[in-house]
Amino acid sequence: MEYIELLYIVSTVLLLIGLRKLSSPATARKGNLIAASGMTLAIIISIFSPIEGSNDNYLFIFGGILVGALIGLFYSKKVKMTEIPELVSLFNGYGGACAVCISILEILKFNKTTSLGLSGTTYIALFVGSVAFTGSLVAYGKLSGKVKDWRSSISSYFNLFWVVLCVGLIVFQILNPELYELLPIVILVGSLIYGVSFVFPIGGADMPVVISLLNALTGIAAALAGIVYDNMVMLLGGVLVGSSGVILTLLMCKSMNRSLLSVVVGGFGSSSQDVVGKDQGAVKETTVNDTAINMRYADNVMIIPGYGMAVAQAQKSCKELDKILTEKGVNVNYAIHPVAGRMPGHMNVLLAEADVSYSKLIDMEDANNKMSDSDICLVVGANDVVNPSALDDPNSLIYGMPIIEVLNAKNVVVLKRGMSKGYSGIENPLFFHNKTKMLFGDAKDSIEGILSEIKTID
Amino acid sequence: MLELLDFLKENILFINLLIVTVYLGFEIISKVPTVLHTPLMSGSNAISGIVIIGAILLVRQAVNSDYLTIIIGVIGVILGTINVVGGHAVTNRMLEMFKKK
Repeated sequence: MEYIELLYIVSTVLLLIGLRKLSSPATARKGNLIAASGMTLAIIISIFSPIEGSNDNYLFIFGGILVGALIGLFYSKKVKMTEIPELVSLFNGYGGACAVCISILEILKFNKTTSLGLSGTTYIALFVGSVAFTGSLVAYGKLSGKVKDWRSSISSYFNLFWVVLCVGLIVFQILNPELYELLPIVILVGSLIYGVSFVFPIGGADMPVVISLLNALTGIAAALAGIVYDNMVMLLGGVLVGSSGVILTLLMCKSMNRSLLSVVVGGFGSSSQDVVGKDQGAVKETTVNDTAINMRYADNVMIIPGYGMAVAQAQKSCKELDKILTEKGVNVNYAIHPVAGRMPGHMNVLLAEADVSYSKLIDMEDANNKMSDSDICLVVGANDVVNPSALDDPNSLIYGMPIIEVLNAKNVVVLKRGMSKGYSGIENPLFFHNKTKMLFGDAKDSIEGILSEIKTID
Repeated sequence: MLELLDFLKENILFINLLIVTVYLGFEIISKVPTVLHTPLMSGSNAISGIVIIGAILLVRQAVNSDYLTIIIGVIGVILGTINVVGGHAVTNRMLEMFKKK
């Protein structure tokens, strides 16, 4: 029996090393493989470790694993890099659902001798897993555009009431386990509903934070299940994910200058109490021709990518543009806002996919320092992360969020499909600024237009 | 209340371990560069699929006539495996792109 524990320890250590290596660029890929091998080892041990009087039911287990592995591989091969945030959210929901399944089965096994600690832990696992499950599904729906933002002024009160209700019912059930047979079902349904109502009012701009938070919740559910099963790998793996997820969530909040509480309670980004109706003046349009000439004869060009670049699949064209400009002696860099896109680091993944050199990607802070040297700032489908109201309009919902200060550059060209608002639904005065020229159209088409124009110059 | 204290006392090693691990998680992540946030989230998401072990243990110990446990348990195994396999596979796909440089 001891060697089983020993093997579990080995797999825990592998998970730990894997996560550590995942957080450094040079070793990240290896880290993922190490974590995966730790996971595989842990699963193998749990399948083959001797259990007295066990029925094993290997047919069902291997069948389930085979089906799950095929589905997982299918999803991960098929997904476009722009859709990664949705997929992570969906996978996370499945993990939460798994925690729900095992909590239900454990609760069904409860009897008079079940200790308070065990039943309490299991019920909390049920609650946390349920919230992670339905919350992730709603986040998935929002990111893929299947669920629209909707929020009423009472939703934060409703959520507060609902969470207190759920916790109250759980405490009641733990203390009076035999009183109402149907109460566990009520708790399950209530928790599932809370997951929906928790994520539903949270607006687009905060989605990255929410996904990270839900990820942490799944980790916590796994850790709680680990306590129930007295299983160290589950406990430690879950706690690692939980704590690293919480810190990642806080890091993201920090880069948006928001508190976690205001994200959770605020329902930010779906309200439109902003500058609607205020006369912003006229926008200035420019042409592909002009933009091409200006970029060709610039010394420094800064590209600011946003989710629009991902939607238009313009990252490869961006790379082409970058290449030809560099050949002609123009210095091209990319300014990356930490929360540009739908997930932190989303832009880095996309640009890496398009083969853009890592050294050309500049952090927000450095980019802002270099901004005054930039002759042209090309905003490719970014909106909220370059919105100057964050700096100067205390009434704006994003006031205080650090942005890429494109107006410090000599010229700004914004590639945009039309005059619609950003994902967060906030008006952007940048577009009306006299330094800014708008180039309307699909970002990819525009960039390719600029590209062929530049090729004809000299 | 006394029962709760007993539970804490029995699991004191667990609780200590918990605190250390929480701290470890904080430490590992607090230095991570923005560029890795997405792969890291995806990778740690795959790790949270470790909860599958619970489902496996449940199905193994179910008696043959206990259809409810087997059905819910197998659903848990399937969902957990999607989380684990899909999560690691998609993380690997993302990181492969970084590696090309």
